[in-house]
Amino acid sequence: MEFADATPAAEERTAIRLDGVRIAFGQKGQPAYEAVDATSVSVDESEFVSIVGPTGCGKSTLLNAVAGLLKPAAGRVEIFGRPLAGLCREAGYLFQQDAVMPWKTALDNVALGLEIAGRPRAEALDEARLWLARVGLARFAERYPHQLSGGQRKRVGLAQVLIRHPKILLMDEPFGPLDAQTRQIMGNLLLDLWAADRKAVLFVTHDLEEAIALSDRVLIMSAGPKARIIGDHTIDLARPRDAAEIRLDPRFHELHRAIWSELRAEVVKTYGEDAA
Amino acid sequence: MSRVKLFALQALVAVVAIAIWWIGSSVKIGGVLLLPPFFFSTPADVFSRVLRMVASGAVWPHLGVTLTETALAFVIGAAGGILFGFWFARKPMVAAVFDPYLKMVNALPRVVLAPIFMLWLGLGIWSKVALGVTLVFFIVFFNVYQGVKEVSPVVLANARLMGMNDRQLFRHVYWPSALSWMFSSLHTSVGFALVGAVVGEYLGSSAGLGYLIHQAEGVFDIAGVFAGMFVLAVFVLIIDWGVTALENRLLVWRPQAPTGHD
Repeated sequence: MEFADATPAAEERTAIRLDGVRIAFGQKGQPAYEAVDATSVSVDESEFVSIVGPTGCGKSTLLNAVAGLLKPAAGRVEIFGRPLAGLCREAGYLFQQDAVMPWKTALDNVALGLEIAGRPRAEALDEARLWLARVGLARFAERYPHQLSGGQRKRVGLAQVLIRHPKILLMDEPFGPLDAQTRQIMGNLLLDLWAADRKAVLFVTHDLEEAIALSDRVLIMSAGPKARIIGDHTIDLARPRDAAEIRLDPRFHELHRAIWSELRAEVVKTYGEDAA
Repeated sequence: MSRVKLFALQALVAVVAIAIWWIGSSVKIGGVLLLPPFFFSTPADVFSRVLRMVASGAVWPHLGVTLTETALAFVIGAAGGILFGFWFARKPMVAAVFDPYLKMVNALPRVVLAPIFMLWLGLGIWSKVALGVTLVFFIVFFNVYQGVKEVSPVVLANARLMGMNDRQLFRHVYWPSALSWMFSSLHTSVGFALVGAVVGEYLGSSAGLGYLIHQAEGVFDIAGVFAGMFVLAVFVLIIDWGVTALENRLLVWRPQAPTGHD
């Protein structure tokens, strides 16, 4: 009995698996630009994994491949053990830029995910109100995105994604455009919401401190082109964490030093190419 | 600037313009009238003519005809523009094939089409509606086309990852985006619908404001021409207010321009 259960369970444990993924961009008649080369990543269920790397290294490209927005030139993308075909329906994607609909109120934006899934509007709105309260925007339900601050728009985006209860959360530098204080507040909000049901998270950032503060594991991506994963560090800081206070922990500094020593070489490489 | 002060300044412009007109047409300067009444009429004549037209009720049927033509031209032209705008934006192949012809037709001065429409559709309202449609169609068409094309790729990707099918994408993404572009050109397209109607009437008809103005011109009745123009201008102003009110209602989600006009 136990034996029969074990195999499927073991397969399901891995939420995202990238195997030898190569991604190239190109137009006909021109040599393709190989953004990502032979990259393998796996994210377990309820694991929070960050990818850090120099700007322009292909982190977001990799994320788009997981979401199914991009088709890799070679390699396999598996979601819960099944090869990905088309868009990844299990994933919620929080984009770097604003992705909420500017013509809908915060409430309508959050309710949208449920409405298109066929839930009655009244029910969807009730649940959307709940989620807006969870991200601290209960008073801003009737506001349009342009009437909200950048941080508030991100919260709407987060609620819009989470209300659908995706099994996987993909985040592409979601707090990139925000100021330092807002980023930490958003980081804590994310950790709180994540702790409730521990989805698999793949979080892309160029901010190493943010990555360490939030994650279970930090992957380092090399400078592009032909970017690869060159480092894999387990973050053994205790949870629950406070995204701001954890930065004062001595272990945080050790981890930071260790990862940064690897990451720095790549950042310098990118910088060198830009300067040349 | 306060509302009262703004209104006072706006009124001042009218007062000064009318004063110049009145002095030029009734006070001899150096032995000559600068604005002879035969060519320019006088404010009093035009004003009394407008009053008479309104009081006797003679102007209402003509206004009604022009309004009907304008509304029909706008509705038909906008519907066509929306339909083709969406179709072309979603099917680049179709857009590429028809592109040179669209540009050709759009570059054509529409006045030259008026006689053809009269030949085809007669002297009634439909030849005027057709003229207005050719003007409105292109404005709406280009705006809807742009609106569908310029949907932010991120918003679109977000919508698709949310699981929207084609119909839902249309309703929640493409349609609102196209509509916002269309409404931003609403003042222009409504204005052109009216231009089509009035020019059509002017060139050949038996009713409408354009017809009134044309009739007055035919007998050198300058006061009649100006009175017709005045009624037309007031009419346009009222329509424009209506459009602004509609716009404010439907486009609440858009950021206000730093210096909005009202």
